[in-house]
Amino acid sequence: MCLAIPGKILSVEGEGYARFGQVDFAGVRKRVSLSVLPEAVAGDWVLVHAGMALTVVDAAEAESVFEYLREAEAEGRKPL
Amino acid sequence: MKYLDEYRDAETARRYARLIARVVTRPWTIMEVCGGQTHSILRHGLDRLLPGGVTLVHGPGCPVCVTPVGLVDRAVELAGRPGVIFCSFGDMLRVPGTHGDLFSARAAGGDVRVVYAPLDAVTVAEANPGREVVFFAVGFETTAPANAVAVARAAEMGLRNFSLLVAQVLVPPAIEAILASPGNRVQGFLAPGHVCAVTGTAPYEALSARWTVPIVVTGFEPLDILQGAAMCLRQLEQGRAQVENPYARAVRREGNPHALALVSSVFEVVPRAWRGIGEIPGSGLGLRAEYRPFDAVAKFGLAGEAAIEDSACIAGRVLQGVAKPTECPAFGGRCTPDRPLGAPMVSAEGACAAYWHYRRAGAGAAA
Amino acid sequence: MTEPFTPVCPIPINEYPAVQMAHGGGGRLMRSLIEKMFLAAFRNPLLEARHDGAVFPSPGGRLATTTDAFVVRPLFFPGGNIGTLAVDGTVNDLAMCGARPVYLTAAFILEEGLPMETLWRVAVAMGEAARDAGVSIVTGDTKVVERGRGDGIYIATAGVGVVEHTGAIGPGAVRAGDAVILSGDIGRHGMAVLGARESLGFESAIESDCAALWPAVEALLRGGVEVHCLRDLTRGGLASAVAEIAADGRVAIRLAEAAIPAREDVRAACELLGLDPLYVANEGRFAAFVPAVCAPRAVELLRAVPVSAGAVAIGTVGAAPAGRVVLASAIGSERVLDLLSGEQLPRIC
Repeated sequence: MCLAIPGKILSVEGEGYARFGQVDFAGVRKRVSLSVLPEAVAGDWVLVHAGMALTVVDAAEAESVFEYLREAEAEGRKPL
Repeated sequence: MKYLDEYRDAETARRYARLIARVVTRPWTIMEVCGGQTHSILRHGLDRLLPGGVTLVHGPGCPVCVTPVGLVDRAVELAGRPGVIFCSFGDMLRVPGTHGDLFSARAAGGDVRVVYAPLDAVTVAEANPGREVVFFAVGFETTAPANAVAVARAAEMGLRNFSLLVAQVLVPPAIEAILASPGNRVQGFLAPGHVCAVTGTAPYEALSARWTVPIVVTGFEPLDILQGAAMCLRQLEQGRAQVENPYARAVRREGNPHALALVSSVFEVVPRAWRGIGEIPGSGLGLRAEYRPFDAVAKFGLAGEAAIEDSACIAGRVLQGVAKPTECPAFGGRCTPDRPLGAPMVSAEGACAAYWHYRRAGAGAAA
Repeated sequence: MTEPFTPVCPIPINEYPAVQMAHGGGGRLMRSLIEKMFLAAFRNPLLEARHDGAVFPSPGGRLATTTDAFVVRPLFFPGGNIGTLAVDGTVNDLAMCGARPVYLTAAFILEEGLPMETLWRVAVAMGEAARDAGVSIVTGDTKVVERGRGDGIYIATAGVGVVEHTGAIGPGAVRAGDAVILSGDIGRHGMAVLGARESLGFESAIESDCAALWPAVEALLRGGVEVHCLRDLTRGGLASAVAEIAADGRVAIRLAEAAIPAREDVRAACELLGLDPLYVANEGRFAAFVPAVCAPRAVELLRAVPVSAGAVAIGTVGAAPAGRVVLASAIGSERVLDLLSGEQLPRIC
């Protein structure tokens, strides 16, 4: 469940329940509801599920999966 | 694809596998809740990367699989009515009801249409004022906002020919039911990342504290799942029981407040029956009274939900993680993707179908 | 491929803007339709004999024949239409036998109410595709069904080709140790068609890969490659085509996921709808099974032909377990590729 993929907002139109964005997924463009992301703007990356943008991708956290691994590996290498 | 491909890196995945092998000193049983996570695990063979002592159980996180037979029967009945356009996500078309599925309803002349988004069904209603459009609103909390905005939008537009057949379910009560069941072996959970993107992590903090289990909010790409597993296993090894959120690029502690407000303005918590498991209190969503005109059950006066499930199907035990698909006597014999007895064999995320496609007995070993 | 230049529809709008039952009735209207539409668009001496069938000299040696039916919605999609599909699909089945396509037949089942303009565009496209593929459409049939009983147009074809090699090409000839070669990137046709459907639509630059494959096969045969089997990828995609060969040839096939090319936008469209590119339809791609030692030369020959410029080796054939296809992922795990029970459906789950 919950197939959601990341795309970049190209443009925004409308408001409230009729707030939509043109979102680009590596060259594929789809009109997506932005009704629950009133602060999302063109240029933001969003996760889209069933035609709905649910959250803005936090770029600052994008590397954390690699950072965690490096820290854990380093910890493992410390002498007992 | 940005924010996708980098989380499929093979070398990093192998490094995670080695890290986990170093961390784990005892057998553990953990459950990934979401069907999308099951799909990813089996497609990329991630469970083969875990040490032998770690048992990964596939949970009931597939709304397709847990939709009760009775609701599928109602869907099929509605789809067969003249003048009705029945819209659904593709997942639901092959789920077996008592007398066939939505595909066979279409073959019998019903106007059944696959849509990508619930709002697309609203568009169909707008374009077909003389027909009744019904949307099969399945899903967990991830899909609730999309289902909610469809109703809100239809109400705003004054549409009288649009309604939902609601089959919304909630994850935390299902996890609670699993933890409370006497045969439970699950010691830690990988919580569904996109559900949490909507709801935030608070419901899982309560669960973790009440039952003293580690719960790690986990994404869907191979590296996300491996990190979630690594952190969950680490907690178990260290005797900790907390909620951790490595999927912070998508999940904030408070979730999406606008989405939550929208959902609670349209829906309210109700009891729901889960296919193969039975009724779990407070585990579903139903339309609020002011949205009754958009409730297909009320609008069409549909009959009661009770329906007979095939007794050979052990879907309930599979969904709760108590049995593996391969332990089912019907698996691969009476029950195959071509002739499914229960929903877990129909949906590609269903544990049984996933086992069939990705891991039949004797199929390939990890390199 | 952009829309070809279309001469003005020869049946004027003020005469018959749409197909009527009478156009299939065997009378004057049907004759007029055949003359003005099909003869005009397909133009060749055999067809212009205007007889019940076409008579042609036997080329000697072995012949190949095939039959196909085409139903696609929408009728027009980026990169093609039902007409180009009908020609290329039939031509490709012959090419997969190692036969040079020569003649095609075309039977049309038209739905009452089909705009005449639409039929003309399809006929013109078929004529052009036939000329590009070096074939003639030499005989045909026309029927009309009542409004609501057909998706606009259904086309059924048959094809005749000349086998220009002496070997046996087919699943039974596949051997353990053979290499599996793919002629180009996967998934374009299926995603182009889905993208053009209203309910699942999206915008993209994805166009169908619909194309005639004989030039690529000819290059392999003329280049002296020992071809054991050829299979064009159609519905069910690469995975289904390979699964069928494994089953019918009773061999085991192992594919390397990292070697299988797919365009980024095709992959993105698949991710969006929850589809696996390995099972998405193609209409201008094929898999070739050749001895491993011939593989590099086969790839080189294919890459010199435009329709197979993206050719790449993607796997190997083993003896056991017979009938099984295994996909090795980059991460180092494996999964079995089966035939699906039906068509892949978009999912949210």
